[in-house]
Amino acid sequence: MKDNEKVFQILVDNTSGVLSRIAGLFSRRGYNIESITAGVTADPRITRITVVTSGDSDIMEQIEKQVGKLVDVRDIHELKPDESVYRELAMIKVRAAADQRENVIALANIFRGSIIDVSMESLMIEVTGNSGKIDAFLKLLSGYEILELARTGVAGLGRGTKNVIFFDD
Amino acid sequence: MNGADAIVKSLQKEGVEYIFGYPGVAISPFFNSILGTDIRTILVRQEQNAAHEASGYARISGKVGVAVVTSGPGATNLITGIATAFADSVPLVCITGQVDSSILGSDGFQEADISGACESFVKYSYIVRSAADIPRIIKEAFHIASTGRKGPVLIDVPQDVQMKTISRFEYPDEVNLRTYKPTVEGHAVQIRRVMSELQKAERPLLCAGGGVHLAGASAEVRTFAEKYGIPVVTTMMGLGTIPTRHPLFYGMVGNNGTPCGNRAMQEADMVLMVGARVADRSIRQPELVMGDKVLVHIDVDPAEIGKNAGPTVPLVGDIASIFREFNRRELELNFDEWNDRLKTYREQAVANRKAAADRERGDHVDPAAFVRQLSMAMAPDAVYVADVGQNQLWSCQNVVMREGRFLTSGGMGTMGYAVPAALGARLAAPDRQVVAVCGDGAFQMTMMELAVLQQYGISVKIVVLRNNVLGLVRQHQHYAYKDRFSGVDLGTLPDLEKLSQAYDIPYMRIETAGETEDRIKAFLAEDKTMLLEVLIDPEETV
Repeated sequence: MKDNEKVFQILVDNTSGVLSRIAGLFSRRGYNIESITAGVTADPRITRITVVTSGDSDIMEQIEKQVGKLVDVRDIHELKPDESVYRELAMIKVRAAADQRENVIALANIFRGSIIDVSMESLMIEVTGNSGKIDAFLKLLSGYEILELARTGVAGLGRGTKNVIFFDD
Repeated sequence: MNGADAIVKSLQKEGVEYIFGYPGVAISPFFNSILGTDIRTILVRQEQNAAHEASGYARISGKVGVAVVTSGPGATNLITGIATAFADSVPLVCITGQVDSSILGSDGFQEADISGACESFVKYSYIVRSAADIPRIIKEAFHIASTGRKGPVLIDVPQDVQMKTISRFEYPDEVNLRTYKPTVEGHAVQIRRVMSELQKAERPLLCAGGGVHLAGASAEVRTFAEKYGIPVVTTMMGLGTIPTRHPLFYGMVGNNGTPCGNRAMQEADMVLMVGARVADRSIRQPELVMGDKVLVHIDVDPAEIGKNAGPTVPLVGDIASIFREFNRRELELNFDEWNDRLKTYREQAVANRKAAADRERGDHVDPAAFVRQLSMAMAPDAVYVADVGQNQLWSCQNVVMREGRFLTSGGMGTMGYAVPAALGARLAAPDRQVVAVCGDGAFQMTMMELAVLQQYGISVKIVVLRNNVLGLVRQHQHYAYKDRFSGVDLGTLPDLEKLSQAYDIPYMRIETAGETEDRIKAFLAEDKTMLLEVLIDPEETV
């Protein structure tokens, strides 16, 4: 994460339109969204939305409060870097003719990436890690032609035994 | 029983007396079901007014106001009213008809994505997918609208859902919202901190905002101020928290406030912001004003605290319960010296005002003096509803509040609010005098509601300050654009006397300052709707 970036974990009731309510709040109040991901939690009634955002501490405090007061939101808290694990997945399609393949595969191996598709002229690589690792990998590939790139945005979890079931009904 | 019957029955369970609405095909099952029940339908003349009338009703009754309109244009017309209520945290439940579920999303006739359109200014919204959910949704909607920081809730109901048969109706006793639990009780530690800061303070000041009225807490706040001799100022929305002529009241703050009120804010060493947003019109440069003071910010909405000014002591909770807690404490405090200082400022301000009032304006009515005379002549507990524009500023700066209420569109500044809001207020308090004060611009935005007043025999006193211009914008163009007046000339129509005749409303006019007192007396004498036109010099500025 960059210095002024934070990762928020937002746990919401899985109601219709909830993602748009959250995203709409960010856009109308002018909060940045560096990345946003959403998916169901271990409790199927609850969706986890992970937002990477940036701003000064006043804005961060407002984000927590404004999101926290939305009716569908059960909980919002920061996933602090030293208490959490972040992952992002990237799929990268690189132009690589037969003579370049081995070099690209070697680079992918260093980053524990896997080759998930091959064609005569290209390779598709899957790599996971924190955003910094993916950025570094992309930089390393700069000598090659990247045909397509799909990044999922950050998902994260707090370390330890905490889970979503601790909410009472 | 069908879905529409369930809506009506749920509204009855919530104790709804009136719905303000306008029918159309998509909401016709509802209008069919409400017929013959004890809920009265007030047919507005344009849907925006349904929300304003529900707002006036809610603010005076302390209950939730209900507006019911049809889909598409009916719903979109309601939007300004919803946004107005949201900005002032007024509890409304707005029910909109929607096209059949089967064509929802296919741009059908009179289809509008109203929940999407309103998302940023409702507290919450529902699209009802199943008729069986109706009782729960309405229960939740009233709960969400009326608790915590209040606000409008939208319920969009497709026509087929209204027509769907449901096997049984069971209205829940309580809501079960896992994610929504507003804080009510103030934190004991924070309450102690406020009291200890108060003991250290030399020049404390209580600034009451609209949240005090929303919490129904003016009695508690007044008791607190009186118990410890703490000077009080208010924002525009907080007017009436304590009477204007109360010895502890030092005026309104903000760029439209009084010099005395703003000076008190500058010189205080401790400010208790109570139910106020610290928004730009009240505190323009919060970091400058608050930098050197102890700021206690009391609000039911945690997100308001620290939004515009970082407090020394944040205190979240219901204002009434927090002040009851304050009032239970016994502290030896004396702020006589500080009050004496503020009193000299106040006297000075009154003297300055008198000098300004005496300036040459020929026969023209002085709008500031008019507002003072009018409000003094009104019943002590009357409701004064100001519209938006110069009329609003003349009103808030000069109204003499006693035990009544001052209503206006503060946050959104919606022109045309006064007449419909006054109508709703009167329905909520049929024994209280309700006076709407508008400019001729604002009046023309919602004057179609005169028909509603007359049709249902709702008595509202209407004052139109007439200068044939959009005075506040004109004044802005005078100062900021060197008298390049653009788009502010209203011409001389309509003839308000003829208009009043058309609606069968008695009419009066004040043309010169000399006749003000007698005409006001006559205007207020009888409890029936009347229109008073007051001619104001277009050059007059606030």
